[in-house]
Amino acid sequence: MSGTALEHLLSRVTKPGRYSGGEWNSVRKEWGAARVHFALAYPDTYEVGMSNLGVGILYELLNNEPDILAERVYAPWGDMERALAAGNVELYTLESRRPLRQFDLLGFSLQYELNYSNVLSMLHLAGIPLLASERDESWPIVLAGGSCNYNPEPMADFIDLFVLGDGEEVLLELVRLYAALRAAPGYSKADFLRRAALLHGVYVPSLYRVTYHADGCIASIEPTDKHAPAVVEKRIVKVLPPPPARPVVPYLEVIHDRVAVEIMRGCSRGCRFCQAGMVYRPVRERPVVEVLEAVERQLAATGHEEVSLVSLSSTDYSGIRPLLEKLQEKYARQRISISLPSLRTDAFSVELAHQLQRTRKSGLTFAPEAGSERLRAVINKGVTAADLLATAEAAFRSGWQRIKLYFMIGLPTETDEDVLAIATLVKDVLAVGRRHAAGRARLSVSVSTFIPKAHTPFQWAAMCPAEVVARRQAILQRELRLRSVELSWSDEATSRLEGVLSRGDRRLGRVIQRAWELGARFDAWAECFRPDLWAAALNEAGLDPAFYTERERARDEVLPWSRLSSGVSDSFLWDENERSIQGQSSENCREACLGCGIRESFDLSRCPVTLDGVGQ
Amino acid sequence: MSASLEVQRLRIVFAKQAELRYISHLDLMRAWERALRRARLPVAHTQGFNPRPRLLFAAALAVGWTGSAELLDLFLEQRVDLRLAARALLVQLPPGLEVSSITEVDLTLPSLPAQVSAAEYRIELAPGPSAAELGERVARLLAATSLPRRRERPDGVRSYDLRPLVQELRGGLENGCPLLWARLQADGTATGRPDELVDELGLGPWLRSIERVQILFKSGV
Repeated sequence: MSGTALEHLLSRVTKPGRYSGGEWNSVRKEWGAARVHFALAYPDTYEVGMSNLGVGILYELLNNEPDILAERVYAPWGDMERALAAGNVELYTLESRRPLRQFDLLGFSLQYELNYSNVLSMLHLAGIPLLASERDESWPIVLAGGSCNYNPEPMADFIDLFVLGDGEEVLLELVRLYAALRAAPGYSKADFLRRAALLHGVYVPSLYRVTYHADGCIASIEPTDKHAPAVVEKRIVKVLPPPPARPVVPYLEVIHDRVAVEIMRGCSRGCRFCQAGMVYRPVRERPVVEVLEAVERQLAATGHEEVSLVSLSSTDYSGIRPLLEKLQEKYARQRISISLPSLRTDAFSVELAHQLQRTRKSGLTFAPEAGSERLRAVINKGVTAADLLATAEAAFRSGWQRIKLYFMIGLPTETDEDVLAIATLVKDVLAVGRRHAAGRARLSVSVSTFIPKAHTPFQWAAMCPAEVVARRQAILQRELRLRSVELSWSDEATSRLEGVLSRGDRRLGRVIQRAWELGARFDAWAECFRPDLWAAALNEAGLDPAFYTERERARDEVLPWSRLSSGVSDSFLWDENERSIQGQSSENCREACLGCGIRESFDLSRCPVTLDGVGQ
Repeated sequence: MSASLEVQRLRIVFAKQAELRYISHLDLMRAWERALRRARLPVAHTQGFNPRPRLLFAAALAVGWTGSAELLDLFLEQRVDLRLAARALLVQLPPGLEVSSITEVDLTLPSLPAQVSAAEYRIELAPGPSAAELGERVARLLAATSLPRRRERPDGVRSYDLRPLVQELRGGLENGCPLLWARLQADGTATGRPDELVDELGLGPWLRSIERVQILFKSGV
């Protein structure tokens, strides 16, 4: 495209730095020297997308291959979308500023269902047909990865293939396959997709036909090609590949503006509501030395002044103490701060946090998730009220004055009493705070609505009706009208839509497209979200949102994601569901194997893969 | 985390080029801080809970403009050899950030922003206005005794007089393209904006690029 036309556009939009690229460590390769051109797309703003660890990993991984060129593109904000359309400028990548249609492969990272409408915007702005069936060999192959892929069905109309699980190996295999076929005479997209479906971890939705019963439930999902696997199992890397060496350093302030090193993948806790805890199995810990090397390398390559140790439950990482000691020893004098997200609710976590924040005690976050002991057993969040109070005690005593508590509302079997128990617990924590910090003790209480997710023990559960959620929010509002307590919740309409999309079927493709046509954009952003457009689109398609949200599924129902496997067995999920209803908790799988099936699925000699023996 | 002593002050003259024109002043500051950390220069830090690297820019540059002789003072907690420091720094600067000189200045000099009095701009316009037309518009503007303007800002509308802020203004053609050169007041009391000037001249639709070519100091400092 003409450089001046683009310059003209950029000078007229907010935060043009989102669209101008040129960041430190961004990779400019010679277009003609690459065999395969891969656009990594993130369907949210630059600031959100640049904070995603996975995209950063794949960007470096692809660009490390001499014959592959990978560039980035993010969803343009409303003003830029209008400017691109008005100026007849096609959506382009940040590095070469080439239009997306010139790329061979266009890979979206799908991490949140409320980004779906932005995928359509990005395709449209690139001049690429929305529907996979309308794209022939002249268009890029559109693929998607990320945690939404555990039920990708609502996006099946738009995406040619989905990658399930860890992308590090399978993405390169896909690119190699593409390069080989593309170079051979008689290349056809259909042939590529059929062969791609044979790669472990690749789901090609067009190779499966879905039929429905009169009541809207799925009758069957049948392969239409004899080579299409009966079940697509996710991909894992048995050993975590080294973290990126040279992460891109954004100019703009992004959400996570720091060095982020993954110390562990997977979680051993088995919280029944948590999709990440189920689908990222098995637990794989990264050796302490490797983390230290990665931190050093990334700090030197970026100039960041903060390091975040990333995992689903950082305090469970078995090398956490020696790791933090070594990091402190090395970096405290260099004014590099270390942060540890996802703290467990115990005194050990407070002690670690105290070590890290000797001077500035900004705030500590804990997630008891439910108010009553009974309900915490239901969701298998093995935290007692005594644990929480002892943790709060330790935190306030160490000098913290502000604690943030996360709860969920609308959990299976929940009653008003369970919600009242949240209020009681919060008041008890506040009493502890007042003993140590007097009137300065503050609590932020964040209450989100529980959304059942695919591949979890609650995948069959009904989402709590909106009226009940509203009543229970009102209970909390009444009980927690305290000066020192700041209460917040997730937007209910947003939660309902997430509920529909996360367990939806292919019929929602039409709904997504219609909502987008009506103007749905950036649905994850409160200032942009228009629930009325989605309601209209659902209505036009003759679909009732409650069918997807508030309906409890039977054990033998064909779920939209039943051809996909996370490696955790269906029978384990069902057993956990049953135990949940009986109020029985299950053990942390570091202590005893629960037989979730992941070991067998991937033929693992050890599980979880902890540091014992591998460690230091 | 103790606050550090400043033992050396370096003045850096640099260019913020076209690649970086869409980066805000705040983002540019952060880019500098990161480049300095990558270069492992012993930058002094402010005191307090949240120590910040001690570097001070002469004047912020608006998003969309470039600067060819921007100024920045860097305070160090250990003395460095200028040549070695320059070498370490240059390889860590992102594309679009070019250093033209690094010199040592007296630690006791007033702060950079306090020394600035005016700035000179080179303003490129798209082909259209003739040399005669440019000259006429410039002459008319300079002949005015006052140029009342209203400028919308995030915090409300501000009324001001542009005329006293225009210290010098010339117009002409360069390779067939119209060009303006302006010296505008830029001190603690008032700062003239070149885009406002272009708009006042009625040349807004032709505006192509704005480059700050020089930052001028008050006499006597």
